[in-house]
Amino acid sequence: MRHLLSISDLGAEGIEEVMRLTDSFVEVSSRAIPKVPTLRGKTVVSLFFENSTRTRLSFETAAKRLSADIMTFSVGTSSVSKGESVRDTVETIEAMGIDAVVVRHRSAGVPWQVSRWIDASVINAGDGWHEHPTQALLDCYTIRERLQTLDGRRVAIVGDIKHSRVARSAVLAFSALGADVTLVAPPTLLPPSLAGWPVQVSHDLDEVLPKVDVVYLLRMQSERMQEALVPSLREYTAGYGLTRRRAAQLQDSTLVMHPGPMNRGVEIAAEVTALPNAVITRQVANGVAVRMAVLFLLLGSGTGR
Amino acid sequence: MIRGGTVVDAGGRRRADVRISPIDGTILEVGPDLDPGAGGAGVIDAGGCLVTPGLVDLHTHLREPGGEEAETIESGSRAAALGGYTAVVAMPNTNPAIDDAATVRQVLELGAKALCDVRVAGAITVGRAGKQLAPLAEMAELGVRLFTDDGCGVQDSQLMRRALEYAGPLGVTLAQHCEDQALAGGGHLHEGEWSSRLGIPGIPAEAEELMVARDIALSRLTAAPVHFLHLSTAGSVELVREAKARGLRITAEAAPHHFTLTAAAAGGYDPIFKVNPPLRTDDDVTAVKAGLADGTIDAIATDHAPHTQEAKEEPFDQAPPGMVGLETALALALTELDLPVERVLALLAWGPAAIAGLTGDHGGPVQPGRPANLTVIDPAAEWTVDPDRLASRSRNCPYAGRRLTGRVRHTILRAEVVVLDGEAQR
Repeated sequence: MRHLLSISDLGAEGIEEVMRLTDSFVEVSSRAIPKVPTLRGKTVVSLFFENSTRTRLSFETAAKRLSADIMTFSVGTSSVSKGESVRDTVETIEAMGIDAVVVRHRSAGVPWQVSRWIDASVINAGDGWHEHPTQALLDCYTIRERLQTLDGRRVAIVGDIKHSRVARSAVLAFSALGADVTLVAPPTLLPPSLAGWPVQVSHDLDEVLPKVDVVYLLRMQSERMQEALVPSLREYTAGYGLTRRRAAQLQDSTLVMHPGPMNRGVEIAAEVTALPNAVITRQVANGVAVRMAVLFLLLGSGTGR
Repeated sequence: MIRGGTVVDAGGRRRADVRISPIDGTILEVGPDLDPGAGGAGVIDAGGCLVTPGLVDLHTHLREPGGEEAETIESGSRAAALGGYTAVVAMPNTNPAIDDAATVRQVLELGAKALCDVRVAGAITVGRAGKQLAPLAEMAELGVRLFTDDGCGVQDSQLMRRALEYAGPLGVTLAQHCEDQALAGGGHLHEGEWSSRLGIPGIPAEAEELMVARDIALSRLTAAPVHFLHLSTAGSVELVREAKARGLRITAEAAPHHFTLTAAAAGGYDPIFKVNPPLRTDDDVTAVKAGLADGTIDAIATDHAPHTQEAKEEPFDQAPPGMVGLETALALALTELDLPVERVLALLAWGPAAIAGLTGDHGGPVQPGRPANLTVIDPAAEWTVDPDRLASRSRNCPYAGRRLTGRVRHTILRAEVVVLDGEAQR
């Protein structure tokens, strides 16, 4: 595999391979000196056209623990702010001799375009509303850590599915591993068509919550109100927020997950984030090991470049 | 003299040679086995070919003035001639917009030297801003017969009604790019399975159909003709079919990409496949083809929309919509539409000539006394589309590598051979 653009590039087998590799990199991360020489001499560029401190830091930490050289390209201080095109930017960076580029862009599809222009491996770190594959991989890993498997598990993804790259990748990954996925959202926050999506849909969170093994909450952005998608955040929380009262309906074993950053008090109550089965910080912790696995898969196995 | 071909026009087909006069640019004689004259000088071979009225494109973006890096009147008209067109209607969404007599005159003057007749569509509103009526009479006086704000539709129903009323006595036709902007919501792809999967904001079919339905109602209210540009949805085709059955003065066109491609083509995020109206579904393609077959749709129009490589390498949601089409339209129609050649030519030549008010010069019939605007088509020639070999200044052609059957061999503009054996002569 040369690029990781979409979860569908991996399929079930590819995800399993990433999970197995992640096990070993979790072990590395627990060492006193959490560093291995695996990717020594490889150069990885993090190319974030849209700010995302947590994802960028996670990738950079992963690259450093594999002894790769990491270069950071941040748009605010670069030629992009002078009007340089994405193509010129990536071709310039590639001319410096790099092995992989980690791309985040506010427009869906940019990692696909980049992959047509350069020979280095391209890792999608989030493109518009489309996909965020490494987030879904770390979510799979986190669920397996607690529930052993996704096969047959019931997962509710709650909130703004329509505008969520996290949701698109999560649906593909969870269902590939055999989970039974239900999307819970008002119709205005669902994609216009779910043709081909292996999901069920509900508009009743209270009905869904007692039955699920995982409840995955998405960030609710306040600009959605200006687009007449929901009347107010208050009404959203009343219908779709994981409040304290609602959390009481969860089974003891049900995991509570969120990709961050959270709007406490909107999609999730502050108290709920402190529940024993809220694994939100585990998601972040596993992110580094999963990204080490992805970098290794693309650059270290000899099947990449 | 054009020798050895089969003449096809609205009157049917017959084996005939065509003698043309380089002096006054007209057809002198049409008949089987005309005497080629001494030595055969000036004989153009049309063996195995169809000799037809020159094609007419109702919908060409020549980009001049203001967008010369993507196309000029010269390069666009060369592409048109190579595609078999002897007349194109230049759309007014230039910079500045063609919304007054001075700009109309400028484009017509630049077009006077071109490889095909360049006619102009004027804007309905000043600056195509949809706020204030453009000087329609002043432009009509210069021969403008079609008006449109193409690129967007006139959103204000009252303004559109007034435009139709005012245009009535001018004997012109208003043409609409049907899209309700509020419902289209800044989308970039047909709203449906592919937009949902790709995470790209969609444009529902209903955004087009709302305005088609509105303008049918306004045509009824004002008794003025309305022409619908680039119909793309099954619902639009059905609305037009019903309106025509009720005897309303409605005409419509469809673009080749709307009967040959679907939204699935954009699955790899290549903005080459971004166009407005967007590529739709298989059902819409089927409905557009049915509309072309049964006469609901009167013309195939290219919506030739050149864009630079840089513009088409922007992210999908930033890149401008549009595809070039002048050099592939005829072959796509012959290859992809399961229609008799006479019907294909009606859609490409005499149908659009009537809508554009060009029947005096274009669209046939092929008979003595008529202007010698002719296209010679080899219906059996097979070729592969290579965007790098197009005469257009732009390369945003979505058909790279596609095998097509049917190709323009010669194009004749007022008895001047502007394309000979597939090569532009100037």
